[in-house]
Amino acid sequence: MSLSIIILLIPIFMFLLLGLSGHKMKPQVAGILGTLGLATMAVLSYFIAFRYFFVEGKVGEVYLKLIPYNMKWIQFTEFLRIDLGILLDPISVMMLVVITTVSLMVHIYSMEYMKGEKGFHRYYALLSLFSFSMLGLVVATNIFQMYIFWELVGVSSYSLIGFYYTKPSAIAASKKAFIVTRFADLGFLVGILLLSYYTKTFDFSALTDPNGSLITQPVTATFLGAGVISWAMSLIFIGGAGKSAMLPLHIWLPDAMEGPTPVSALIHAATMVVAGVFLVARLFPVYVFVTPAVLNGIAYVGAATSLFAAIIACTQTDIKRVLAFSTISQIAYMIVSLGVSGYGGHEGLGYMASMFHLFTHAFFKALLFLGAGAVIHAVHSNEMKDMGGLRKYLPITNRTFFIACLAIAGIPPFSGFFSKDEILVAAFHKDIVLFACQYLVAGLTAFYMFRLYYSIFWGKDTHYHHAPHEGGMSMSLPLIFLAALTCVTGFVPFAELITSDGKAFEIHTEWIVAIPSVLVGVVGIAVATLMYKKETAMPDKVTASVGGFYKAAYNKFYFDEIYMFVTKQIIFKRISTPIAWFDRHIVDGFMDLQANMSQNASSKIKGLQSGNLKQYNWVFVMGAIIIAALVLFV
Amino acid sequence: MQENDKKLRIMNIPMQYFLVLSTFMFFAGIYGFITRRNMLAILISLELVVNAVDINFVVFNRYLYPGSMEGFFFTLFSIGITAAESAIAIAIIINIYRNLHNIEVRNMNKMKH
Repeated sequence: MSLSIIILLIPIFMFLLLGLSGHKMKPQVAGILGTLGLATMAVLSYFIAFRYFFVEGKVGEVYLKLIPYNMKWIQFTEFLRIDLGILLDPISVMMLVVITTVSLMVHIYSMEYMKGEKGFHRYYALLSLFSFSMLGLVVATNIFQMYIFWELVGVSSYSLIGFYYTKPSAIAASKKAFIVTRFADLGFLVGILLLSYYTKTFDFSALTDPNGSLITQPVTATFLGAGVISWAMSLIFIGGAGKSAMLPLHIWLPDAMEGPTPVSALIHAATMVVAGVFLVARLFPVYVFVTPAVLNGIAYVGAATSLFAAIIACTQTDIKRVLAFSTISQIAYMIVSLGVSGYGGHEGLGYMASMFHLFTHAFFKALLFLGAGAVIHAVHSNEMKDMGGLRKYLPITNRTFFIACLAIAGIPPFSGFFSKDEILVAAFHKDIVLFACQYLVAGLTAFYMFRLYYSIFWGKDTHYHHAPHEGGMSMSLPLIFLAALTCVTGFVPFAELITSDGKAFEIHTEWIVAIPSVLVGVVGIAVATLMYKKETAMPDKVTASVGGFYKAAYNKFYFDEIYMFVTKQIIFKRISTPIAWFDRHIVDGFMDLQANMSQNASSKIKGLQSGNLKQYNWVFVMGAIIIAALVLFV
Repeated sequence: MQENDKKLRIMNIPMQYFLVLSTFMFFAGIYGFITRRNMLAILISLELVVNAVDINFVVFNRYLYPGSMEGFFFTLFSIGITAAESAIAIAIIINIYRNLHNIEVRNMNKMKH
């Protein structure tokens, strides 16, 4: 367990090494160094996961929260202080494994994908920074430490989206991502302050202890008709919604696809975007026991987001954007699952399912993105219309992508089936509306993923100028490894390892949910096969028949335009402009007035300094006489 | 006896005589300081002022506190400092002469540069 600190030290050391002296190395050396560091971290985290789950973590029936390191950092008051430390519990150990695995795959993949790019060492340095911040986020012992790493994650995401800094669209996308998430983080910060003010602690262990003071003695203070803790937890969720791209803060994620594709795989599919889910899971006992209404709201936000994103994903033509919306939809799935969960035993099925889906989704979505990267690498385009018939040219990518599509569509025995099924079961027992919504989304997911798959690898036979070919070994290996993971991770016994109260419970397959969920996936795939496997006129007919709706979905339901309208027309024009006027004319005017007054006064008295010795003599003598007179007669 | 006589004779001169003399010197110095055009003349006027003050020191010491010596010593210091000051002033005046080829005060109007 004491090795856990090394997992955090390696990436920050790599970041400093590659960032400060990377330009002196050969690019390949920088890449290999970064990859080796990550490989060490991955091995360490597997070791820690093994030790935690099978040797040290379990005492009796319960997985404990272990804190191998804790350092007092800032003492605010007698009770309130900020620590820096490492907290190991089932979800953080699970996240360690996910992050280091996906990050290692991305590191290896990027050796080939990013070869010859300007700033290769910068890329690896930033990847290390990101790994550091994300790992720091998941092992944070208290909410403030989490917030610090939360912002670091945002910064490294910003720099990686804007990696191609000479491309205006990448710059715009990176700024958009940073501003939107930062805006949401304001809510997070206010929530933290409120929560810590009323509970006198930042510590996760104290906050989420079911016998702790927050849960057993609820705070009674209210604000605007709702309890302050409800406000705090809602605001904290807004922070999580920003990072996890929940409605209506999702607008940055599709644009973030401007970054290099491996970065999208790591940050915008597998790790950073699940930070919001992780946050809710981390504070889960508080949500369940103190603010169940907020948790319910979270479930509905998640359901709306997942449906909304799935509909948009059906219409997009940029393959990375399809994957981006699919990511939004799947993260919303996890959020719904948390929202419908209870605490302890079988009640906590949703919690377990959410973490399970997070785990499996990280691998198959990273695989999808890396596969998309291989396709883009081969045809040099993101648009579906430039692709088609690629199965002949990219056999490995084709097969691995197919496996990932089956997994996300929820076809057994691939991993997505198991986790998605648990989510549907949890929703089914809690709220039939949410279940119906998620059920529909499952069908849509299967449809748009296979639409994507067929458009890339089947469909029309496009003629390419140069025959597309697979990338080298370092691109194929991660694909194969992740595909293997996609096949096996579904069999991980999550209900025994990661549960809401740390105790294992029995799950039994509920055929009443499992069979329809497979069926709807198969139907989605079948429809997509009919429409897109061969080039037909059917897609056009279907889009024509739902014309207006298609157009709205294609334009992402005009969310960007609404944001533009609100910011440009309302905030900038109606609020900012008058304030700017006030600043320029009243505030600045007052300062200018003072400056002008002193300038005038100085020009009046500067005649005294004439430089004429004769005059100086006079002034000196007269001054002496006046002073003498004053001394004598006054 | 001879010594004592001399002392008595000086003591017979009333203090006011000395003070009147020093006042004349002082105001003559001030007058010269303001009206003279030549910098050397101004320097001489300044010497007059300082000497008038020195006389005052000595006189007050001699008449009011006959037993103590502070006034005399202070005068000695003052004379020394005045000498040093004159040396500096003359050095400045020589430099001015080298630059302007005269030492008229009315030409000294570039001192703010």
